Amino acid sequence: MSNENDTQRTNEPARIFELYKTMCLIRAFEERSEDEFDAGFINGSIHQYIGEEAIGTGVCANLRDTDYILSNHRGHGHSIAKGADPESMMKELMGRVGGTSGAKGGSMHIADFSVGMLGANGVLADGLTMGVGAAQAICLRGVDAIVTVFVGDGTTNRGPFYEALNWAMVYELPILFVCENNGYASSTVTRSITAGEGPVARAKAFGMPAFDVDGNDVNAVDALAADLIARVRGGGGPHFLHARTYRVKGHISRDKMLYRPEGETEERFKDEPIGRCAAWLIANGFEEAEIVSARDAAYAQIDAAVAAAKDASFPNKNLAYADVQDFGPPEPWQQDGGAA
Amino acid sequence: MTEMTFADAVREGLAEELRRDPLVWALGEDLSTAHGGTSANQYVGLIDEFGPKRIVNTPISENTIMGAAVGAAVAGTRPVADLRMADFGMCAVDELVNQAAKIRYMFGGQARVPLVVRQAIGVRKGAAAQHSQSTEAWYVHTPGLVVVAPGTPADGRGLLKSAIRADDPVVYMEHKDLWLASGDVPDDEGVVPIGVAKTVREGSDLTIVSWSKMARLCEEVADTLAGDGVSVDVIDLRTLWPWDKDAVYASVCKTGRLLVAQEAVQVGGFAAEIATDVTENCFDALKTHARRIGAPRMPVPYAEPMENEFRVTPERIIARARELLAA
Ligand SMILES: Cc1ncc(C[n+]2csc(CCOP(=O)(O)OP(=O)(O)O)c2C)c(N)n1
Ligand SMILES: [Mg+2]
Repeated sequence: MSNENDTQRTNEPARIFELYKTMCLIRAFEERSEDEFDAGFINGSIHQYIGEEAIGTGVCANLRDTDYILSNHRGHGHSIAKGADPESMMKELMGRVGGTSGAKGGSMHIADFSVGMLGANGVLADGLTMGVGAAQAICLRGVDAIVTVFVGDGTTNRGPFYEALNWAMVYELPILFVCENNGYASSTVTRSITAGEGPVARAKAFGMPAFDVDGNDVNAVDALAADLIARVRGGGGPHFLHARTYRVKGHISRDKMLYRPEGETEERFKDEPIGRCAAWLIANGFEEAEIVSARDAAYAQIDAAVAAAKDASFPNKNLAYADVQDFGPPEPWQQDGGAA
Repeated sequence: MTEMTFADAVREGLAEELRRDPLVWALGEDLSTAHGGTSANQYVGLIDEFGPKRIVNTPISENTIMGAAVGAAVAGTRPVADLRMADFGMCAVDELVNQAAKIRYMFGGQARVPLVVRQAIGVRKGAAAQHSQSTEAWYVHTPGLVVVAPGTPADGRGLLKSAIRADDPVVYMEHKDLWLASGDVPDDEGVVPIGVAKTVREGSDLTIVSWSKMARLCEEVADTLAGDGVSVDVIDLRTLWPWDKDAVYASVCKTGRLLVAQEAVQVGGFAAEIATDVTENCFDALKTHARRIGAPRMPVPYAEPMENEFRVTPERIIARARELLAA
C-alpha cells in the first residue's frame, strides 16, 4: 500500500495491527454489501471475500502504489487492500456518481488505476495474460515496479493460466502469481475436477519458484509475500504464492450452497483470519479494547460509506455513451427524448 | 399442456433426449452439483438419472469443453456443451468457428459434427459488460453453424430436441431473463423444427420480426398498438440460421411494412441482414423502407439509468413503429 512498508519488518505487532484493520475493513465491506444487495440497493451479483481477507491484505501490504495488481471476480478485498477507497467502491456497487468505475462496471469491474489496481474481471484467467503484459510494459518503460495477479484455484484449469506462467518465465518478468485456494469453484469442489498435486506443483513444472502458505494466517502471508516480492523486485523473475483458505460464503451472496455438507462452513469458519489475528495481537501485547475499537472503526467507516453511497445520485443516463471509443462513438437514441 | 419455466422445460427436453439416445451427453461447468447449472437449475437432478459419464462436470476449461465436444461429435456421439454465457463462449470461439463449423466442409464431407452449444445471452439487470452480451450475429455470420434463439419454454424444449437430433453444429442461445419465465409446454414430444418461425400475433398493418426475449416484448408492443387501431403481425423467428424467409416474406407482402427488433447492438446485427434481404426480395411489396431497432453500439453499462440506455424497450420499439407507420 505504501513505500514505508518496505522498511517495516514482518511480524512486528504494530504492523500486524494495521493488517488487522485492513482485514476488518474488507470484512465490513463484504457484510454490508450483502445487506445492501438483499435490500435491493445493489444489482447483479457480488462475490464476497469473507474468510480470505488475510491473503489480499498480507500480499498488498508489501506492494507500492506504483506496483500493479490484477484481480478477478472476487475483487473487493484486493481492491481495498491495494488502497482503493471503500466509499468509491460502495458507490460503484450501488451504481452511483463517484463510483470507482463511474458506475459503469459494478462489483465485478472495480478498478482504481490511481493505486495500481488494474481491474477486477468477469472472465476467469484473463487477468493472468494481461498481467504478464503489464510486466512487459514495466520492463519496456524501465520503471521500478512489479505486477501481482490474483487467481482462484478453479481458474488454474483454464489454458491462459499455463500460457501466462510459461510466458512469465520465458521473459523473466517481474511478476508474482497469487493463487487463492478456497477449495471451491462455484458449486464444484475444485479437487474433484483437478488432476495432480495442485497449483504449486503446476507452477514448479515451469521452473517457477512456488511456495505454499496458510492463507488464513495474515502474519505468514505477509512474511512470505515480503520475501517473494523482494525477490521479484530484485530481478529474481516470476514467483508463485499459493495460499490455502476457505470460501466462507456462497459463490455469490445469494448462493444457498445446497452442495456443501452441513456443518462444513461453521467448522471451517473457526479458522477465519480475523479472529486468529486478534488472538495473535492480544498474545503480543494489545488490549482487547484496542482490538474491538479498531474493528468498530472499520464498520463505522463502511457504514459511512454506505450512507454516502445512498446519498449520491445516479449517473446521468447520457454518460452511458461516454468512453466507448474516440473514433465512431455510439449514436444515442433519437425517438424517445434520449440524448441528442 | 403443462405450465413450466423455460429452465425446467429445457431440462425436461434434455432428459427426454438423454433417455431416447444413449449417445447424447452433456458437458460443462457445475452441471452435476446440487446447484446444477448456471443459476436456474438447468441440469439439477440429471446426474442422478444419467450418471457422471453422461452429465460431465468439467473443469473450468472452456477451450476443452468446446474442443472435446467437437472431437466427441466427429467420433460418433452427440454432445451438448454448455458454455454458461455467450460471454464465456468467446473463450472457445476458435474451437467452434475454426473447427466445428468447418470440419465437414474442409474434409470433403467425410465427417459430421452433431453438437449443441448452449450459450446464454441477454442483459440481466446489473450483470454489466462481461455477462450481458448477445452475440448471435457472430455465429449467424459463420458458415456451417445453425443458430437458434427460442423465446418460450415450449420452443426452448422443442428446439433443443431438434438441435440435438441435427447433424449440424447448433448454437443454442437462451436468454437469462427467460429462464424463470413460465409458459405452456405440450405434453407430447413437442419437437420444434429448425428453420420454422412462429407468428405470435396476427395483423395487417405492420410486420415486426424478432426472436428470443425481444419477441415477447414485441407481443406487448403489438397489444399496445392494437389499442391505437394498428394491427401488427409479430413473427418470432426462433431459428436465426436458417431463418424462415417464407414466413417473413408472406407477412411483408400482406402488411407492406417491416420492423426488425433485436436486443443486440444494432450495428452489424442480424436485423440488418433481414431488413436488407427483404428489401432485395420484396421491394415491390414495401410501402416504405424496412427499419431495424437494436441497442446503441456500446458495452453494457452497470448503473440502472445507463443500463436502460442500452435496452431496446417496448417504448422505443413503439416509437420506431410509429415512425414507420407514418412514412
Ligand atoms: C471464462 C469463464 N468461465 C466461467 C466463468 C463463471 N465463473 C465465475 S467464477 C467461477 C468459479 C471460479 O472459481 P475459482 O477460480 O476457484 O475462484 P473463486 O470463485 O473460488 O474465488 C466460474 C466458473 C467465468 N466468469 N469466466
Ligand atoms: Mg476457488
